[in-house]
Order: sequence, then structure tokens, then C-alpha cells
Amino acid sequence: MTLALLLEQLFNGVQFGLMLFLMAVGVTLVFGIMRVINLAHGALFMLGGYFLMAALAWTQSYALAVPLALIGGALVAVVIEIVVLRPLYRRGPLDQVLATFGLSLFFNEAVTVIWGRESIPLSIPPFLTGSVEIIPGAAYPIYRLVITGVAILAGLLLYLLITRTRVGALIRAGSDNREIVAALGININLLYTLVFALSAMLAALAGIMMGPLLSVEPGAGDPILILALVVVVIGGIGSVRGALVGALMVGIFDTLSRVLIPLVIQTNATSALVGMAVYVLMAVVLLFSRTGLFAAHRG
Amino acid sequence: MTFPGRRGVLLLLLLAIAIVLPPYFGTYYIRFATQIAIYGMAALSVDLLLGYTGLITFGQAALFGVGAYAAGMLTVYGVTNAFVAWPLAILISMLFALAIGSLSLRTRGFQFIMVTLAFAQMVYYFAQSLRNWGGDDGFTVPQRNHLGFVSLADHATFYYVVLALLVLVVFVATRIVASEFGMVIRGIRDNERRVAAVGFPPYRYKLVIFVIAGGIAGLAGALMANHAKFVSPATLSWQLSGELLAMVILGSANSLIGPILGAAFFLAFRDVLSDFTEHWMLFFGPLLVARVLLVKDGIWGMLLRATGAGEAPTAREVDCPELMVPVPDSKPGALP
Repeated sequence: MTLALLLEQLFNGVQFGLMLFLMAVGVTLVFGIMRVINLAHGALFMLGGYFLMAALAWTQSYALAVPLALIGGALVAVVIEIVVLRPLYRRGPLDQVLATFGLSLFFNEAVTVIWGRESIPLSIPPFLTGSVEIIPGAAYPIYRLVITGVAILAGLLLYLLITRTRVGALIRAGSDNREIVAALGININLLYTLVFALSAMLAALAGIMMGPLLSVEPGAGDPILILALVVVVIGGIGSVRGALVGALMVGIFDTLSRVLIPLVIQTNATSALVGMAVYVLMAVVLLFSRTGLFAAHRG
Repeated sequence: MTFPGRRGVLLLLLLAIAIVLPPYFGTYYIRFATQIAIYGMAALSVDLLLGYTGLITFGQAALFGVGAYAAGMLTVYGVTNAFVAWPLAILISMLFALAIGSLSLRTRGFQFIMVTLAFAQMVYYFAQSLRNWGGDDGFTVPQRNHLGFVSLADHATFYYVVLALLVLVVFVATRIVASEFGMVIRGIRDNERRVAAVGFPPYRYKLVIFVIAGGIAGLAGALMANHAKFVSPATLSWQLSGELLAMVILGSANSLIGPILGAAFFLAFRDVLSDFTEHWMLFFGPLLVARVLLVKDGIWGMLLRATGAGEAPTAREVDCPELMVPVPDSKPGALP
């Protein structure tokens, strides 16, 4: 194992972590503001990939297809929020979990009906193929660099939105004390719809960018959703900062353990250890802190 | 345990149907009924946690799957006696439940849901990586276990053994929730702080019921390995955990009988729709959403009310008021 290879894997880990951040921040925002745990978030990730594929076939242009896919994700989210989530705000966690689980079953099957059960290969945009040598001796794919950049950009925009704008102030206020926000005459319903659409767009963005790296298939979002939940548990539920730190931890830890564990231990148990590494990390964090690293809410 | 009046009659009627009907319709329906009894047992274990302790676990399939893997592997290694293999499968599932429970019960509410889901996924990946045991494809179990001199190869015999075990589990579970221990766990569901203040440490009680439920799920898993003669990571997938929760809710939580009816409904729904379309999930997802949003009661609750057989069990909300969202209200000045 050379240093260059290790650095390359570190880059991959950061990139995977940022994708997880795009997912986890949606889960954590929706929980922080609406107190809803959304198990359909993985379906929104999956829909991002499918929408991109469909929009590409229709427009033949990435410049048009990517925004279209994002808007598609947001529209689905608006419908979900109005039809299913609104009645759920008064309910307890059980009803929310079951209803959003039902939604994810529905979407996983709906894409099967429309696009079939086989996974659909999505190729890297032609203008983003190839690789550059960032560090001598390690060629790094341009596409991975670009999606890392886009994820960082999206994260920055989100940061600015939350800290610098009026909507962001409402989001922060809403997660601190919704009663007061409502009492001040703010349209909470609209704010909820907005937050949910925003989280869906971030999930769809992650789905779009991961499409060519993973594959677009029914249920593609489920493993990512579960990792995002692990991130939220590690980072502290409801905390955006926690989501970022947790996502980078999980991304880097997962990627490096896939490379390093097989080097150290070469037995039958290796692949088991690799798959379980992230969950062991979660268990360790839970041993030291019941509420995660940056708990925003007791609960 | 006394089921007074009409409720008892209703239960006996259901049991009579379970005993008489399947053989009447033939082997396919005997196998179908066996499946119902097995999933019903697993769903019952979820109800012990969900309905009686207020713990929403999204990882029960992992314990079910561990029981299935344990029984299947033991059979492959030549441990074919059910009196040895099944208790061992239960024990191993309980050990897994102890490990998962002791960590995840440190959290509560939403976090508990996510943590149980995550640990179940960890067990899933572990099973997937067992390359000697078929990895992702799973492995075939060469034969069913036997009860000493009684072979279980015959589907009808196996069905009645499963049914008897289910009745036994219902009986034991009813005794557990009616006992002093059961009063404490129900107290934890209703108000954990108060229970702690009275002097019962909630964590220990929750862990004990979590391990008991894990053992029941493990037994159901062991029976599943015998029923299907096949074990794969799919038996511990997170979808199955969700489906078990759905069965409990469809049937009525907090009732022990409801989950079994829920399992029957779920499997019948799948069976009937599968004749028409392979996309039955397309209908089950919205059905689940509709049940949550529109219907107050599960099947057992409806049955009880329709026959006037007493108070319908209510699925109580988990006691965490800090998790409840205030009613969104856009009217200025209106405090929720």
C-alpha cells in the first residue's frame, strides 16, 4: 500500500461522506423542524437517479436534465408532504415510521412498474470522463472531483441559506420553538412544505450524482438511507453540524476499512468485519454518548 | 388467564378455524397456515415490545433471522433433534438480543428506532458475508428437525406442532404481561419516569422483555428454517422488520392476538394479489399508509367491537411528549 493509494482512498472517503451528508442533512432537518422521521428518504435518493435517466432520454442534455430531475424530486416531496405527512404531525413516531415505510415500499415498486426490475446503467457525462493527477502517481477521476465540489457547494449554499436568509432564520426558529414561530404569524404549513422539498432535493442531488457510480435500480436508496440514519445517530439527531461531522466520519471510516481491514486480517471473517465496521463505530459512539456527538434535541 | 365471555368464544372459534380448515383445503393451505402461524409468532414478539413496552423496534427481523440461521446451521451439522436445535436457536437469538438491546436501549424514541434498524442491518451484512453458507444466496436445509420419534417431514404434522407452539407462546406471553413484571413494563410504556421514581429501574426491565421477545422471534425463525428448508439473508432484511411492525398494526397492537391476525391478513393480501400482479407491493404500501392515516383500529379491535366482545385494545402512543409536534396552525396569534 503506497501513500498515494491511501490518499486516493481518503479522497473517496471524503466524497462518500459528503454524499451521505446530503442525505443525512435532509433526515436531520426534517426531524429537527417537523419532528418526523422519514423512511421514504431513501426512495427520494433513488428517484433522483431515475428522474435523471428519464430526463436525459427526453432532453439529451445534462444542463436541462439535472435541474429537471431535481425539480421532479421536489415535486414528489411536495405531494408527499401535503397528502401523507400533514396528518402525521399530530401522531407519534410509530405512525410516522409505518406510513413513510409504506411510501418507500410504494416507490420501490412503482419504479419497477415503470422502468423494470433490472438495474439501469447510467454513464458518467462524457465531458467529465478521464482523470487528473492531483498527487504524483495517483490519477483521480474527474467525475469524483466534480461531485465532491458540487456537494461542498450544496453544503455551503445550505449553510448560507440557514444562517443568512429570512427562511433560514425561520428554519432555525422552527427547530428551536415551533409554538412561538406559529404564534408570530408565520405560515408553518408553508415552512414545513419548503423544508421537506429542500431535503428531497438534496437527496435527489445525491441520487443523481451517485447514479453513475452505483447503479439505478429499485431499492437503490435503502442502504444509503440506513447509512444516513447511522450518520444521524452518530452526529446527534436534529443537528446539521452533527450530520456533517458524522457523515465524514462514516464515509472515511467505511472507505478506509474496506481497504485496510483486508490488509491486516486475511481470513473468512474479513468481509464480515468490513460490512460491520460502520455499525461498530456507531456502537462505540453510543457507548460514550447516548444522544450522539452534537445532540440538538433531547429525545 | 381467563378470557371472559364472548372474547373467549371468539378466541376458541379462531383456534377451531386454525385447527380444522387448512387440512380441509389441502397441502397448499396447510403450508400457508404454517406460514401465518410462524410470522404471527414473530409479530407477537414485536407486539410485546411495541404494544406493551412502548418500544418501537425496527430490527426484530434480525433476531428472527438469527434463529433461522442457527436452526439451519445446526441441522446441517447433524443436530436434527428439535428438542436440542430449537432451544439452542432460541438461546442464540436471546444472546443477540442481549447484545443489541443493551446498546440500543440506552437511547429512546426516534433514536431507538434508528439504532435497532442499524444493528439489524449489521447482522444482515454479517449473514451476507458468510460465504461458506451461501453468502447472499443463503443455503438449503437438508431436512426438517424431528421430535424424537415424531418426524416433522409431513406438512400437516409440522403445522400442528407450529400451531401448538404458537398457542403456548400466546399463553406464556399473556402470563408475562399479566404478571407483576408485566405491570412494570406496561408502566414504563405509560410513564417511564414515574416507574423509575417508584424504584423499578426501567433499563433492566426493558432489556429483559427485549431478550424475551428476541427469544420468541428466534423460535419463529427456527420454525421458518424448518418450514422453508431454506435460509437466506432475506430472513433478516429491514423490510421484514417493517412488515412485522405492519402486521402488528394491521391486526391491533397491545393485544397479542392481533399480530397473528395481522400476519394472516398480510400473507393473504400478498397471496391473493400475487395471482393478479407481481407488483403487489404497489398496493400494500398505500394500504399501510391508509391504515395509519384513516383507520383507528386493527382487525382484532374491529372484531371485538363488531361482536360486542369487549373493549377494543388501543394502540397507545409511546410516552414521549417532547416528540409530539404541536398542531401546525397558520392563523396569526394562535398558539397550538
